[in-house]
Amino acid sequence: MDRTKVTIDGNEAAAHVAFRINEVIAIYPITPSSPMGEHCDAWSAQGMKNIWGDIPSVSELQSEGGASGSVHGALQAGALTTTFTASQGLLLMIPNMFKIAGELTPAVFHVSARSVAAQALSIFGDHSDVMATRSTGFGLLASNSIQEIMDFALIAQAASLKSRIPFVHFFDGFRSSHEVMKIEQLSDDDLRKMIDDEDVLAHRQRALNPDHPVLRGTAQNPDVFFQGRETVNPYYDKAPGIVQETMDKFASVVGRQYNLFDYVGAPDADRVIVLMGSGAEAAEETVEYLAAKGESVGALKVRLYRPFSMNHFIDALPKSVKVIGALDRTKEPGAGAEPLFLDIAHAVSEKYNDGALPFDYPKIVGGRYGLSSKEFTPAMIASLFDEMKKEKPRNHFTIGINEDVTNSSLDYDPSFNVEAPETLRAKFYGLGADGTVGANKNSIKIIGENTDNYAQGYFVYDSKKSGSMTVSHLRFGPKPIKSTYLIDKANFIACHQQVFLDQVDMTKDAIEGATFLLNTTVPQNEVWDSLPKKAQEDIVNKKMKLYAIDAYHVAKETGMGQRINSIMQTAFFAISNILPREEAIKLIKDAIKKTYGAKGEKIVQMNFDAVDHTLDNLHEIEVPGTITSDKKVEHVIPDEAPDFVKEVTSVLMAGKGDELPVSKMPADGTFPTGTTKWEKRNIALEVPVWDPETCIQCNKCAMVCPHATIRPKVYPKSELANAPETFKHAAAKGKYGDDMVYTLQVAVEDCTGCAMCVEICPAKNKSETRLKAINMEEQIPLREKERENWNYFLSLPEYDRTQLKTNTVKDSQLLEPLFEFSGACAGCGETPYVKLITQLFGDRMVIANATGCSSIYGGNLPTTPFSQNADGRGPSWSNSLFEDNAEFGFGFRLSYDKHQAQAIALVEKLRDKIGGELADAILNADQNDEAGVVEQRKRVASLREKLGAPNGDASVRHLLSLADYLVKKSVWILGGDGWAYDIGYGGLDHVLASGKNVNVLVLDTEVYSNTGGQMSKSTPRAAVAKFAAAGKPGSKKDLGRMAMTYGNIYVAQVAMGANDAQTVRAFLEAEAYDGPSLIIAYSHCIAHGINMQKGMDNQKAAVDSGYWPLYRFNPDLVEQGKAPFKLESKGMQMPFKDYAYMETRYKMLTKSHPERAKRLIEEAQEDVEKRWKEYERLASFKPDAD
Amino acid sequence: MDLSTKYLGLDLKNPIVPSAGPLSADIGNIKAMEDAGAAAIVLHSLFEEQIESEELELHAHTTEHNEQFPEAVNYFPEPVDYKKGPEEYLEHVKKAKDAVEIPIIASLNGYSAGGWTDYAKKLQEAGADALELNVYILATDVETPGATIEDEYVKIVKAVKGAVSIPVSVKLSPFFSSVANLAKRLEDAGADGLTLFNRFYQPDIDLENLEVIPNVLLSTPMALRLPLRWIGILYKRVNVDFAATSGVYSEKDALKTIMAGANVAQVLSCLLKYGIGHITDVVNKMKNWMEINEYKSLDQMRGSMSYMNVPDPSRFERANYAKVIGSIK
Repeated sequence: MDRTKVTIDGNEAAAHVAFRINEVIAIYPITPSSPMGEHCDAWSAQGMKNIWGDIPSVSELQSEGGASGSVHGALQAGALTTTFTASQGLLLMIPNMFKIAGELTPAVFHVSARSVAAQALSIFGDHSDVMATRSTGFGLLASNSIQEIMDFALIAQAASLKSRIPFVHFFDGFRSSHEVMKIEQLSDDDLRKMIDDEDVLAHRQRALNPDHPVLRGTAQNPDVFFQGRETVNPYYDKAPGIVQETMDKFASVVGRQYNLFDYVGAPDADRVIVLMGSGAEAAEETVEYLAAKGESVGALKVRLYRPFSMNHFIDALPKSVKVIGALDRTKEPGAGAEPLFLDIAHAVSEKYNDGALPFDYPKIVGGRYGLSSKEFTPAMIASLFDEMKKEKPRNHFTIGINEDVTNSSLDYDPSFNVEAPETLRAKFYGLGADGTVGANKNSIKIIGENTDNYAQGYFVYDSKKSGSMTVSHLRFGPKPIKSTYLIDKANFIACHQQVFLDQVDMTKDAIEGATFLLNTTVPQNEVWDSLPKKAQEDIVNKKMKLYAIDAYHVAKETGMGQRINSIMQTAFFAISNILPREEAIKLIKDAIKKTYGAKGEKIVQMNFDAVDHTLDNLHEIEVPGTITSDKKVEHVIPDEAPDFVKEVTSVLMAGKGDELPVSKMPADGTFPTGTTKWEKRNIALEVPVWDPETCIQCNKCAMVCPHATIRPKVYPKSELANAPETFKHAAAKGKYGDDMVYTLQVAVEDCTGCAMCVEICPAKNKSETRLKAINMEEQIPLREKERENWNYFLSLPEYDRTQLKTNTVKDSQLLEPLFEFSGACAGCGETPYVKLITQLFGDRMVIANATGCSSIYGGNLPTTPFSQNADGRGPSWSNSLFEDNAEFGFGFRLSYDKHQAQAIALVEKLRDKIGGELADAILNADQNDEAGVVEQRKRVASLREKLGAPNGDASVRHLLSLADYLVKKSVWILGGDGWAYDIGYGGLDHVLASGKNVNVLVLDTEVYSNTGGQMSKSTPRAAVAKFAAAGKPGSKKDLGRMAMTYGNIYVAQVAMGANDAQTVRAFLEAEAYDGPSLIIAYSHCIAHGINMQKGMDNQKAAVDSGYWPLYRFNPDLVEQGKAPFKLESKGMQMPFKDYAYMETRYKMLTKSHPERAKRLIEEAQEDVEKRWKEYERLASFKPDAD
Repeated sequence: MDLSTKYLGLDLKNPIVPSAGPLSADIGNIKAMEDAGAAAIVLHSLFEEQIESEELELHAHTTEHNEQFPEAVNYFPEPVDYKKGPEEYLEHVKKAKDAVEIPIIASLNGYSAGGWTDYAKKLQEAGADALELNVYILATDVETPGATIEDEYVKIVKAVKGAVSIPVSVKLSPFFSSVANLAKRLEDAGADGLTLFNRFYQPDIDLENLEVIPNVLLSTPMALRLPLRWIGILYKRVNVDFAATSGVYSEKDALKTIMAGANVAQVLSCLLKYGIGHITDVVNKMKNWMEINEYKSLDQMRGSMSYMNVPDPSRFERANYAKVIGSIK
């Protein structure tokens, strides 16, 4: 039977089967598994049916815990049910997994295996999550490739139904979940043949049903629990056999034979490595290469890891085996060895003891590889085989890193290569926004689906959300591709963004005779001279061909803007000769029509034009024999940078983190703050330039700047004496003292060019109204001078914080931001709030940050945006998990309160030593404002002086260690709506109810922004989001009002773009309130589908429509006999839809579901009116004078 | 009393036709217009440029952040199918046709060369009884001579006439140095009617915010003078049907347009001001006036006050300006 060939990634392969077999799908987004749920939701929304002729129901829950609970329930009620998850998500499912397995319930959880957060979070792949489920009773079935993911998704389901053992079907996060590969798609007919109706009916028969009632889930006592637990033994004994039978049946239906353990390599191998997951593909590729060269090596691919069949394992090994190398993609600190190693060692030992080992007792060694998607290459595998040759091979080794602390790592030769020479290996360097990855995915599809070639694509993104680089790794060839690692020996390299050429050594990976394609604005005859020296040397020495195209010019000519995807794709096909040129162009156009046809003719035509204009602009550049450039590819770190930055951070920034040895990494995940300032990413094409004449010094630009790159300062005129020539200033407006001047300075090398500052600027040039007090100008000509100006600006003294009216926007922006140059999106709506709290309280704040966008731009390496003031004070920050952030921050408060209480007791105890006056002043200090805090700091300094050296006095020692807690500490709990409204709501509610003094800031983007815009309970009615493709039918949860019901929680709702002064006041009040406070901040977001430059306009419209009322609810006012609830916006000044249709998230529904859009938008208007009336009622409440 | 008239080959029960504008975007309003006595309806314009820009905007906003960040390869669930701009409009034409008995005239504002003809064909397929081309070329380029603009109008009309079989009228702006010559050229190009005149929304300046702001003002009865003059001048000298638009508020205004030579009087501002029911008032009062003044039909009065038929045609001409000034003295 001819099956359809498809070019898809691992997530889609798993979802394809899971969707078609199951009836109920309960999910929750988590990287890298989210796309599986998204595919299912989209297919369900399109009315696609499963093999039972029904549209599966897809539900998003509030957490993975919730999803697994619903899965458990649906299974108990008899439906075929599945879910998708990874990492912490899988961990949250463990309680239900024990139940599901304990009740012998067939089900498959598809898991894109990902690191579990330990010293740090990582979104990348390893087996630490699935290994944590070993004791649940779930079967564990590993897929190594995209084809296997589709096949094993089916085998797992069939075997689970037959055996009644639930399965985790797992594959490596990113390497497999996101790798695109041409595979054979299983048909519905295949699925029907593999799933036995009898098993399905039996599952349904076991369902809870009042028509034949049973009780399941008893509580058992010591008398029988143990016996009850042992009842499942026969099921687990039979399960491996059932899985093998299912694999055999699959072979008869589909033609691909799998076994519980599949051996590859020399039939008489003496050295065999054992592993599972994507690394097994590279292992197979390597052993085939080595065995062909006569090496006695082999690899055993573990398919079914649980239940672990010792018999099948031993039988699968060649009888010639002398040394077994166990490879674990996980780490269990403190264990004798990692789990796969232990299972292997145990199997060999038990069989030996039973006298059933069919070969001599082998040496068994084991080690770790590939944690968090660390590369695992043939070079590493070959090195392990070399090690296994030794008389005493190293045990408990690591491979792929330089482990120089306990010296466990094996060395390897990176130049070792096993790839088939006929495979075309291409690397593409692109900018996130230029469409490179999309075009490459398209190219793989074109080649995969129109030629007999095998095709593979893998994409590497960086962790910044603005100006990020993407690297695409594409392989095409006549032989099956098993290279599950990045390309470092390429025969085609393309640089889609000129700017990266000076930052990355791209040609290092080129093989002899390779082609280099450069997108550049440099004229044809100057291209050679524009290259860095290293690139020229490589091109000459490796006899490379050089091509250049000005894709920006073609894009501009054809209306494509920044999107150079179709152009570079055409250029690739034109010079790679993988397909005849004419045919390639036809196929590219077909793909364009298919991709964009639904969106309109214009888009299709523009892309066609771009394709047609490409060849005229593509030129081969003659390579001279001489090197003409002395330009270096390097990132210069200034001498004054701290050692850690020079030795560690700079290596990460240069993209060479893989080279860092273990000894350079902090042992406990602790990193210095304030390191983004060394990065100088220079990503903005245009930056704001200040016009002192027009400026009214309102500082609104600084307030909205998401990256703290535009800053005002007021300082004595005398400071200007040594100012650089182009340093600008103006007389300070306002009461700042005599001879004070004002400067608004831009950090042009850190700016992302979002232009939100220009948009918000209220001052216009009186002669040319197109100009404001700040205007965007090209960055490069300004770079050198402004670098000097910025450094000078930083050297100027800060204005005395205690003398500023921090409750005004203007003065709040004269406070130094201690959150700068984060990796957030250009024009981010969240970071201006984060920056503001650091300005107001940064020197005394500690932040508990929920996982999400804010934890990524706040804490993702290489650099840290939270910084320190001249005194070395600044925010201390940590991220625990997604679900527990309120509780995490609550823990901070408990510690601080405890330590403060202890310090107070010690002050009392040591009163004589300290002096009564100072002791009283410390104990009775009012720290409710800036001046109060500063005074207390001085007192604590005096206290330390008075205490002097402890000289053996334990009380003094303890007070010295606790004295800092006498100064107010401001606890902030930050997170997005996914955390606050959904997964963390239970904890948030509890912590708010505790009455403790914590400050909660909800950065409300109304979707899960970090994982790609999934619906949360904050998502408004009528808006489109993932899992709400047809518009969210229900209204947004009113988190603020729910919190207000407690009566003792300070609650404010703010939108900086609508009323920045109210935002500042709310932040100050919330912090000053001696109890829990909650601020809900409207945060515009790229997931809204808006022009980010105008994000503040959207905020204003949200408020003006009455959708986002601004308010402050201050329980303290009740005691003063005042109304606690102040409604601070004007209400419904415009129809909701006039605001909503400024945003694609609402607008797209009018294009996809016009009738529904009309109804939902009317209902949303009613929501607005109802909520507004309710708020008016709240505002009218006056406490009894009594 | 015969109020019937023929316009673009369509037999109309009276000459009152709501002109292209926001009211006709709603099917309910369309029904109300028929109930109030409208003889035909010109739908709001299909703006090709706007459709394209909306498509591009939607495409940009749903894809511009794709494939940049490992945790989010995209941000929106992409629907398999979109109701694109023209589809919505075409469905609206169909719905309007289903909703009422009176003729529906679609209005088209093209942008690209292919756009005019493609959309014209689609509108015809959707069931439009006639087309009004809302050609809207504002010549702001100091290098572009007037003749180039006029040629462009002629080209568009020829192309559209070559593409459709339904009648086509052209809505013109008054800003041509020779309106009469252009009208003749459009007749030669195949235009079946002329709608005089398109009223551009003129921008205003906001002194507080130093911004140029679009400011939509309803037309006033004074605006009627311009179509009256030009329909009067062109009647029978250019052999096309005429629709007068701008400033038709009352039955008297409508009667004047017919006497100048118009086949129909298009109304909009008065409906926005007084409501759709105002049509009934205008039609009834026209009838009354004609009864009192003993007119039997509109044909009888059509063009009676045109350049051709008045005793002193110079009153329509430039020279007349001096006389007006003189009369003020």
